[in-house]
Amino acid sequence: MADEFDWVYTDVVKDHFINPRNVLKPGEEFAADGEGMVGNMKCGDQMMMKIKVDRAKNIITDIRWKTYGCASAIASTSALSEMVKGLTLDKAFLISPKDVNKQLGGLPDHKIHCSVLGDKALRAAINDYYKKNGQDNKIQKEEARTICQCMNVTDHEIEDAVLEGARTYVELQEKTKLGTVCGQCKDEAIELMEGYIKKHFTKF
Amino acid sequence: MPILRVYLDHNATTPLHPEVKKIIADSLDVFGNPSSMHSFGREARKLVEEARGKVAHFIGADPEEVFFVGSGTEANNTVLSMVPCSPNKCHCQTARHEIITSTIEHPCILESSKCIDNRGATVQYLPVDQYGKVKVDQLEKLITDKTGLVSVMTANNEIGTIQDIKTLAQIAHHSGALFHTDAVQAVGKMPINVKNLDVDFLTISAHKLYGPKGVGALYVKKGVRFCPLIRGGHQEKGRRAGTENTLGIIAFGKAVDMRTIEMPDEAKRLLKLKQILKQGLQKNISDISFNGHPEDCLPGTLNVSFGGVEGESILLYLDLEGIAVSTGSACASGSLDPSHVLLATGIPVERAHGSIRISSGRETTEKEILYTIEKMTQVVKKVRDISTAY
Repeated sequence: MADEFDWVYTDVVKDHFINPRNVLKPGEEFAADGEGMVGNMKCGDQMMMKIKVDRAKNIITDIRWKTYGCASAIASTSALSEMVKGLTLDKAFLISPKDVNKQLGGLPDHKIHCSVLGDKALRAAINDYYKKNGQDNKIQKEEARTICQCMNVTDHEIEDAVLEGARTYVELQEKTKLGTVCGQCKDEAIELMEGYIKKHFTKF
Repeated sequence: MPILRVYLDHNATTPLHPEVKKIIADSLDVFGNPSSMHSFGREARKLVEEARGKVAHFIGADPEEVFFVGSGTEANNTVLSMVPCSPNKCHCQTARHEIITSTIEHPCILESSKCIDNRGATVQYLPVDQYGKVKVDQLEKLITDKTGLVSVMTANNEIGTIQDIKTLAQIAHHSGALFHTDAVQAVGKMPINVKNLDVDFLTISAHKLYGPKGVGALYVKKGVRFCPLIRGGHQEKGRRAGTENTLGIIAFGKAVDMRTIEMPDEAKRLLKLKQILKQGLQKNISDISFNGHPEDCLPGTLNVSFGGVEGESILLYLDLEGIAVSTGSACASGSLDPSHVLLATGIPVERAHGSIRISSGRETTEKEILYTIEKMTQVVKKVRDISTAY
């Protein structure tokens, strides 16, 4: 029968996919202290995250989320939501997709890019909390830095290209058109690309 | 553990017909090389030629117009690879190095098109309408006296839309171009007659019609110039080198025999089941739309889009209920873009991400369809409950 074969992802992913934790249920009241929404449906994934914060201790006490996304997106956000409860805002801010991936027992390389929205949404929710509580000074913006001036390509776009599978400079150029005019950004782009490959794809 | 195990992915592949299983089992001792002159070889040759006759008869061709290949993909690659041939050096081509194909072809046609474009041929793509029908007037506009080949699939694998191949072939021939159709999804699901369609090349695959994987056939009209893709042997009259897949070919012959018997009634039955499925989903699920042509569509294919959900999660939740379908979502393919077919019909990107293809076949029952309606309703609700769009 169907269950005799290994599932397409790990058992942990399967468990989170079947029973996603901390989902905002239809009609559920959840008085959030901070809220973040990232991604868009055209790209195939969108993530919303709401957090409750213990103001005295700066600790995340509860969390709810919703997603428009695939099994990897659902499972990784569910796992992330369990990880952040009880964490300080500072610590929660530092959670990376790799931490979530480790928790899940590993996603296939081509699914890593589906798992990077949860932590982005969480950081957006944390920043939203700071903003609403007059702590604008704590907001950490993830501002994009232009790497290729000719084609106006940012470090964020390089990271996205890596998540989408670029592993060589030529593949990076194919995906972003970076370095196709004067070529001065080549060394910096390669350095960034290798950094992102290490960040997202080296085994834990 | 799911209550039922329901296979609704017949456009991906089909299970072996029981009669096909039998003939494979009965033929396991046929090991001779069909090219050998001794009795072992002649025994295999006889069976291969019988199968060729059956496949040819099934599509209204003469046996010498059909040769066996390793897959539908190989047949399609073979046809397209002839386009850049030099008329000075290769007998198969004229000086026409332009090809026209459609935007909704199978990737093996689209990738081959890109490749021959790199090798000096010019490729142009026919757009389709909202139902996935190739715009016939566009072919009239694009075709010139430089067009060597027009290649348009008979029926689409994702949305089931059936093209007006006869008219398209007429236009091609009127300009002196050859016409190829990838009929992998059509042959075995609807009547196909190469003489009636008047095509020059036609591609068939055995595993889409309850035969085994690893066997296909290419029809090449008598008198049409030809150049092989796989070289280095005289097999298949020099048109496809490599020792024949004897067992696969024998099984292929049996599979088309069974299709001749079963296809007409089955088509009616599948169409009825599709109506039940469509109406059931429409009744239970809001924000739902159907892709493909409402009438000119394969009887067993239904492609549906659900608003606010992503297809891979639907596919995997259904799998947990024992139901096998496929999706046009990017996430299930490992690429970032959803189905090129659905996008070509002009539906919004998010509708393509939320698409599911249900393709039924000879063993599909009404009970299975009702079970699928019930589970699909639950699964879409579950995914919508956690969706940001709802």
